[in-house]
Amino acid sequence: METAQQEVLTAKEPDTGIELTGSVALLEGLVVEGVDTIFGYPGGAIMPIYDALYDYSDKLKHILVRHEQGGIHAGQGYARSSGKVGVVFATSGPGATNLVTGLADAQLDSTPVVCITGQVFAHLLGTDAFQEIDVINITSPVTKWNYQITDATEIPEVLAKAFHIARSGRPGPVLIDITKNAQLQKFNFKGYTPCRHIRSYRPKPIVRKEYVEQAAELINSAKMPFVLWGQGVILGNAEQEFKAFIEKSGIPSAWTILGAGVIPNDHPLNVGMLGMHGNYGPNVLTNECDVLIAIGMRFDDRVTGRLDKYAKQAKVIHLDIDPAEIDKNVQTTVPVWGDCKETLPLLTSLVETKQHAEWLERFKEFEKKEIDALIREELFPTCEEMTMGEVIQSLNELTNGDAVIVTDVGQHQMVACRYAKLNHTRSNITSGGLGTMGFALPAAIGAKFGALDRQVVAIIGDGGVQMNIQELGTIMQSGVDVKIIILNNQFLGMVRQWQELFNERRYSFVDITSPDFVKVAEGYGIHGKSIAKREYLKDALKMMLEHEGSYLLEVMVKKENNVFPMVPQGCSVSEIRLA
Amino acid sequence: MDTENTPVKQEYNITVYTENQIGLLSRIAIIFTRRKINIDSLNTSPSEIESIHRFNIVINETEDVVRKVTRQIEKQVEVLKVYYNTNEDVIWQEMALYKVPTDTIAEKASVERLLRENGARAVVIRKDYTVFETTGHREETDNLTAALQPYGLIEFVRSARIAIIKDSEGFNCKLREFERTEPGQDVVENEYLNSREKVFTM
Repeated sequence: METAQQEVLTAKEPDTGIELTGSVALLEGLVVEGVDTIFGYPGGAIMPIYDALYDYSDKLKHILVRHEQGGIHAGQGYARSSGKVGVVFATSGPGATNLVTGLADAQLDSTPVVCITGQVFAHLLGTDAFQEIDVINITSPVTKWNYQITDATEIPEVLAKAFHIARSGRPGPVLIDITKNAQLQKFNFKGYTPCRHIRSYRPKPIVRKEYVEQAAELINSAKMPFVLWGQGVILGNAEQEFKAFIEKSGIPSAWTILGAGVIPNDHPLNVGMLGMHGNYGPNVLTNECDVLIAIGMRFDDRVTGRLDKYAKQAKVIHLDIDPAEIDKNVQTTVPVWGDCKETLPLLTSLVETKQHAEWLERFKEFEKKEIDALIREELFPTCEEMTMGEVIQSLNELTNGDAVIVTDVGQHQMVACRYAKLNHTRSNITSGGLGTMGFALPAAIGAKFGALDRQVVAIIGDGGVQMNIQELGTIMQSGVDVKIIILNNQFLGMVRQWQELFNERRYSFVDITSPDFVKVAEGYGIHGKSIAKREYLKDALKMMLEHEGSYLLEVMVKKENNVFPMVPQGCSVSEIRLA
Repeated sequence: MDTENTPVKQEYNITVYTENQIGLLSRIAIIFTRRKINIDSLNTSPSEIESIHRFNIVINETEDVVRKVTRQIEKQVEVLKVYYNTNEDVIWQEMALYKVPTDTIAEKASVERLLRENGARAVVIRKDYTVFETTGHREETDNLTAALQPYGLIEFVRSARIAIIKDSEGFNCKLREFERTEPGQDVVENEYLNSREKVFTM
């Protein structure tokens, strides 16, 4: 037996490097890629990598999560707050399948993540071996790229490709599946070279100057131009270029939830949030502008509402790095392919300095209407029960817009995105495209590791927190400092809102009972408090923020409160309802 | 119904140049599956350049959908280039093989004439059966199948469509340039698959 094993473990190539196992080569590669934190969970098929990791603890910090889904969401949070690639380890079979939700989330939200999964021995592939699953085929639709390694010699090159693919162009999740024999196999390691180029992969399209010129011409002739920006600006590190563009051209600009924070909320040209629960003005005026300039956003259906009634009067300029996004949902007049870090300065140099004061005033009028109709009552309520909005408002006063806000999915998410004050980029971390409940708690852990010098506040609903509540254990063990606010309305609020509005109040299974969250937190060694009265709110938030280490604050909020405005599904953006 | 604005579905030939990579077929197929588009014909084979493969995919769809699908395919990391063309834009062929009893062919003169008229060529002649092949469009090969049916057609098989684009200069030049500057990598297959207990045990 020993001899046979030796046969496979011995390198075939001439001896010019050093003899390493596949596992060690992998970790060497991670170090070269600048990885400092790994989120993961060990298991049989990834044991050789974990064994090697034991000796790398001074270079690679490993955070033991409580569930692989928590691991990948943490990786996403890390990537979103730091701008680096999140790295996740999981074992074969259930370990790998537990990553699928996070991969899909990362795919839809263009988050750079590299997942390493262990796999059964190569000779067992396809035999339904213990914890064997076809992870490559399962994850193909939800990864930017994936690859199965069956031989250790492939590891350096494939890992380098994985990092290059994950972080370049339109970023996305990548998965590498490594069979156990490849992890154990010794081979002649000749060093790790990061990948800069792949023959068949063009991360950025070539910028066509004539389109930039046409776009500038359209913008210069526009009377009522309107900018919609998305996460592409953040992913392209083009916040400064974006600011320069809108400030020179004087164009009112609105954002998708993933684009939040590129410019501060109180910037005079920031007219608010787009979409189903976005602001009144930006939604209505989308159907009145004459030139619509979409920057790094993908016309998601939650932003556009009914497509056949979306901005039909406008000429559309679309700046995007992904050619597949151009004309996918909305027909463009001028497509500007390319990284907005490159295209925006070109455009800025060609646009005239302008102020669209009258046009901007129209947004302000709508804003006033929205404040009177609902914002004032949401942020400074006269009713007895607390609203989600006032919690966010109080938080804003204490953090002054400097915190990283991580939200889960549901009513609280929309409220937080609408009202959280954000002064900095990479401050709003939420599950946009997939709408993954259970995202926020682990993502906040990752976000903190990605931005250790920043305050991280997770805002989570009573439903969402119970979807990955086990990650309180990760907080306990790692000692990470995350502030958790549970906005508890004792309902699956968003579904309840839909049932109220569209299903004649037939509240079908949205009434959710929760545990005593403070006691649960206590069980994990995390301090906490629950409040139900307005008079305690500010002090409680202050105590939470000043507390050394993690803290859980439960706020009991109004049970049946709706998030407005709302573009009902199947309606156009100009049919947005204020109540 | 507003027929004027209803987009017309027709056959499109999608040509995809890719790296030779395990799993890529599945990635490409998924793009059609998720939109619930049926692939009418799919041929994949090595191209004129080693390590680069060429897919010919035929679907019946509107141009708008085909354009979007094409961009999604081209977005895949290992895909070099994608073209789409209508049937008017391409020259295409399918190959068909017919297995018929040799005695029928030998005895019945009309069968022989039928084969000759259809340009069928004998590939194998055995005592018990003969295999003919023809190439052509679907209707042509279908016609011969129908005509041979009464004479005891034993087996029939048809290949996927392969197509050459009439107008383009093709991708040949660029492919050669690619290969000259950046030769492709070998595909690593699972060499341990049949090693079984010779390799490892748990």
